[in-house]
Amino acid sequence: MTTAMPRAATDLSPEQAEARERIYAAPLESLDPAKTDRFPTGEWQWVFERLRAEDPVHLTTEEHSEFGRYWSLTRWADIQAADTNHELFSADGLITLNRPEPVARTTSIFDGRELTEEEVQERQKAGIRSLLSMDPPDHEIHRGAVAEGVAPANLAALEPLIRERAGAILDGLPIGEEFDWVDKVSIELTAMTLATLFDYPQEKRRQLTYWSDVITTQAGPGQPAETQEEHDLAIRDFYMTMAELVGSRRSEEPRIDFMSLMAHSPHSVNFSEAELFGDSVVLLVGGNDTTRNTITGSVYFLSQNPEENAKLRANPKLIPSMVSETIRFQTPLTHMTRRTTQDVEIGGKVIPAGDRVVLWYVSGNRDDAKVQDADSYVIDRKNPRQHLSFGFGIHRCLGNKLAELQLRIIWEEMLVRFPEITVVGEPKRSHGHFVKGYDSMTVVIPRRN
Amino acid sequence: MNVTFTLQDQTSRTVEAEPGWKLMEVAVDNAIPGIDGDCGGEAACATCHVYVAPEWRDATGERTDLEQAMLASTFGVRENSRLSCQIETSEELDGLSVEVVGS
Repeated sequence: MTTAMPRAATDLSPEQAEARERIYAAPLESLDPAKTDRFPTGEWQWVFERLRAEDPVHLTTEEHSEFGRYWSLTRWADIQAADTNHELFSADGLITLNRPEPVARTTSIFDGRELTEEEVQERQKAGIRSLLSMDPPDHEIHRGAVAEGVAPANLAALEPLIRERAGAILDGLPIGEEFDWVDKVSIELTAMTLATLFDYPQEKRRQLTYWSDVITTQAGPGQPAETQEEHDLAIRDFYMTMAELVGSRRSEEPRIDFMSLMAHSPHSVNFSEAELFGDSVVLLVGGNDTTRNTITGSVYFLSQNPEENAKLRANPKLIPSMVSETIRFQTPLTHMTRRTTQDVEIGGKVIPAGDRVVLWYVSGNRDDAKVQDADSYVIDRKNPRQHLSFGFGIHRCLGNKLAELQLRIIWEEMLVRFPEITVVGEPKRSHGHFVKGYDSMTVVIPRRN
Repeated sequence: MNVTFTLQDQTSRTVEAEPGWKLMEVAVDNAIPGIDGDCGGEAACATCHVYVAPEWRDATGERTDLEQAMLASTFGVRENSRLSCQIETSEELDGLSVEVVGS
């Protein structure tokens, strides 16, 4: 079956138009939406545009993907239906499409000891276990152990601290010369918040972001960890540090940082090392590049959309709505995966029991059936809070209000200081299909208010 | 019918509502702070969490399964916690009183 290629929703460069034509000309069954190199180039948009129209519940078979056989859900309605049905769509096991560990290990990556046969099998099956990759009832135990760290009352207490830090970061930026926004602002603010949430020494905050960056990428040249040895060492370092923190906090008064909450949870003595590691990773990564990349995205999208920028500067009350629209448009985590517990009919197809299913939030957020003119960045939409970036159902992002808080504060502080921020050239986008973000973005602030 | 929302600052607002709407929608239409309704009323985001006044608990019914699962994963849950998107307004609920929890 061939379908005429529809007109593009937005203006495309000649290179983009050519890439889009290529995607529409490919045999449908060969489409592998997880192909990593389409994310930094932006070509992912047309893969999903085509799938939403022609094959919204799409099977990619082993021969077409390095990630093995998996199903893609691309429409908003199907994604929300799967995300809210944790009985049919289990999160137990891997929740991303990343390749399984290349080598079956027989020693612990955490402390180097010999693993039992049972543990080796567990590793091969699931890698790590965390609050994000568990079903009820374990899920509630693990989520419940740490949730208070980002509860509304505690966020209210964090607000003045975040505002003070945001102000100091912005006051220290150079005027009239180029600098990397990602490093100087986005990473700096979110790393400080992360250190507070873990009650980790502020002067060592970049250790947290380094670990997070290593964990979300494969080892290789140009990556945060250049070699597998460096990768493994960083993971071991992170785990040992977290295990030590939990251990030492058991003998201290309970506080509301994540490690103290974990230490004083009545259940945590029974957490396995894979679970302690998994929960720590989710808290680390969840609080790190998601907010970081959305901060960078907000500066980039506003520079690309001068009319929206003018609206915001004329009416700072639009900040919360701009923040939500940026979270939709950026979709800093592109997907989560689930596994069917039985044959499931969805979107007119039957997905057999035991298959992997990818919930492509990044595609659902561009679904015109749910979001009007979804490929456009519009900061004063009618329902800006309706987006899939936090997920729906029991695994919905725990820190979503903290993310919004940081975005809102940095923009309130930016608007009173800088009349303009100019993005120089194109940002360098992150590699990979899971974290959708920016490695660097050069900007100039011409003057202060 | 009328509904009274007690806000997080402990002030109250009474608003008029047509029967047949989700209580969350009534709150969003009246810009009640602390009720967001991000998922559109599917009991899937817990951003419309309220405490139902004791005298209204029977009339507002039982939690649904997904609502129960969501409440097990959210903050500040009490016996009288409900997601207001799972309560439908009706003449029988005229005078309903709930407290906004915030998320």
